[in-house]
Amino acid sequence: MSQPLIAIRDLKKIYKMGAETVRALDGVDLDIFENEFVAIMGASGSGKSTLMNILGGLDQPTSGGYTLRGKPVGRMGASALARVRNREIGFVFQTFELLPRASSLKNVMLPMLYSSRHLFSARRRAKHALERVGLADRSGHRPNQLSGGQRQRVAVARALVNDPSILLADEPTGNLDTKTTDEIIGLFRKLHEEGQTIIIVTHEEDVAGYGDRIVRLRDGRVISDFPTSEDPVHQAWARRAEEVARSRVSKRDPVAMVEEAATGAASPSGAEVEP
Amino acid sequence: MIVIRLFIQTVFLALGQIWSNKVRAMLTTLGIIIGVAAVLSVVAGLTGLRGFVLKEFETFGARKVWAWGYVPEDLRTSVSWSDVKLSPYEIRLVKDNAPSIDRVTAMMGNRYDVSYGKRLQRGVETTGVWPDWHEIEGRTVIRGRELSRFDDEESRQVCLINEKAIEELNLPEDPTGEYLLVKGRRFLVIGVLETKQQSAMFGGGDSQSELIIPFNTQRQLNPYRWINMMAQLTTPDVADDARAEMRFILRKHRGLDPEDEDTFRIEVLQNAIDQFNGLAAGITAVAGAVVSIALLVGGIGIMNIMLVSVSERTREIGLRKAVGARPGVVLMQFLVEAVTLCVAGGVVGVTLGFGITEILKAIPNSPMSEAVVPDWAVYLSFGFCGLVGVVFGMFPAIKAARLNPIDALRHD
Repeated sequence: MSQPLIAIRDLKKIYKMGAETVRALDGVDLDIFENEFVAIMGASGSGKSTLMNILGGLDQPTSGGYTLRGKPVGRMGASALARVRNREIGFVFQTFELLPRASSLKNVMLPMLYSSRHLFSARRRAKHALERVGLADRSGHRPNQLSGGQRQRVAVARALVNDPSILLADEPTGNLDTKTTDEIIGLFRKLHEEGQTIIIVTHEEDVAGYGDRIVRLRDGRVISDFPTSEDPVHQAWARRAEEVARSRVSKRDPVAMVEEAATGAASPSGAEVEP
Repeated sequence: MIVIRLFIQTVFLALGQIWSNKVRAMLTTLGIIIGVAAVLSVVAGLTGLRGFVLKEFETFGARKVWAWGYVPEDLRTSVSWSDVKLSPYEIRLVKDNAPSIDRVTAMMGNRYDVSYGKRLQRGVETTGVWPDWHEIEGRTVIRGRELSRFDDEESRQVCLINEKAIEELNLPEDPTGEYLLVKGRRFLVIGVLETKQQSAMFGGGDSQSELIIPFNTQRQLNPYRWINMMAQLTTPDVADDARAEMRFILRKHRGLDPEDEDTFRIEVLQNAIDQFNGLAAGITAVAGAVVSIALLVGGIGIMNIMLVSVSERTREIGLRKAVGARPGVVLMQFLVEAVTLCVAGGVVGVTLGFGITEILKAIPNSPMSEAVVPDWAVYLSFGFCGLVGVVFGMFPAIKAARLNPIDALRHD
């Protein structure tokens, strides 16, 4: 097997709150490889946000090792970390975090402001990133002129613009309705197919279901780590969701109900609705 | 390269911030605006006043030197003022021996009641002078003739009068050949003096009746009056030489020992100019102190608003850090913003200062008519604005740079 993109060994993060010590991460081991689409799941307080902050170079672990492409990110200073965030990480936040007074294009160009790599191609790269998320025609719009889904796509374009090693999304669909959630998840799938490594932190099983792999945390430890198709919790949830969907369709579908009443045929609920 | 691009972007960002909070920015920078406008108008006024004063000096005596007898403080008990009075002999001595001096005149002033016919004018300023007075004072006659050496040597009872005196004594339009009664003696009017150029600084304003008579005649009328000397320099820049020469001649003649103090005073206009410059510097210093307070208050306003800005934009700072802004870059951003705010205030203040200067210039008959804002004051103003921005923007900028990106992103 090839070298992992991210290697985490016995990672601990301990907060001292007065006399109490909180073990937000209590010995996490995790390898993430190039071109994986990983969902990190857990209830609130499970340590998933702390893990994401450390993965994104926003926070430093109390102990343990974190290497990204072989570089010891876990032991870097503030400036070196800023450089890692700029070049290796693309953040997507639940609340988009776009600059309200700047156009989509300017928002996407923001990360390149802090790097000398694309000094003369910044505008072209930003336009290209907007094309990848399907917003080429919205480059001059401000965030308040865009829908929620479009805003999140601008944020994704911003995350992609420096060709990061990891796209790190923290509840990217938390502020979106079902339809736009599908839209954003669809975008993530597309990027993943194009070769982008993606890590999503979420507590929604349906969002997690689009990934290849689900890592579950509880009390600062990894409690399960399976490919999505083998994750017992997810599979159980998926079966249940399907049942609920079927019963909901049969109960709510007026045409079926009218037909049912007219023919008097008491077919088993939903069996013929789903092809 | 990246720093320059970042700097330019930051300046534009800051201008955008100011533009979107116009009223707030205006109120914030009010202290700076007032400070800068105040210092500029004070400096402009002083510059104008200085130009005016120097011009006055040029007109009224850049080439003049005055001397008079003087009793030093510690000799006041033993020496009387009449002992140190300049004598016509001493004055002539100066004229003959000081190479930097062209002309001299002794001067003796008094006030007399003067009458013409039934008209009586009390307390007319009457000065006894030598004929060179015309040249030194720059006053010629418009009718009749000037005083001559013979008028003086023979102590003739002749006089020159000015137009005001003609009016007040009700003399004919051409008064030459008329006789005035001065202290009971008949004086022949030989000429009419040009009305003295009015100077606001040297007791100008309304002109007074004036009588000019030969020095010796005056001396006979009142032998014990005080005598001043007025001399003319060959060129204005030999004032110091002339002073040294006069001092040497007078000390030698009076037989003063090296340790003795001068028993006379010599005044050159340069002294007055120096005094004025000192006064102007004093006013500038006071204005500077007032302005410093205004700038201090303005700076605190800037600091306050920058703290507000940092707290309002905490999430933005968090985002910028998340996408790779190093702490130093964030520090620079807020520092540049504070400086831009201050300099923008400076621009308004300078404009206001120029406006006030224009108003000063528009005041009729004021010595401020030549008020002008010197270039250095403009540069200095902007320099100070920048400095205030750096000093008072530093604390909020450090606060922003030190923000933890996680907390910043979670901030509402």
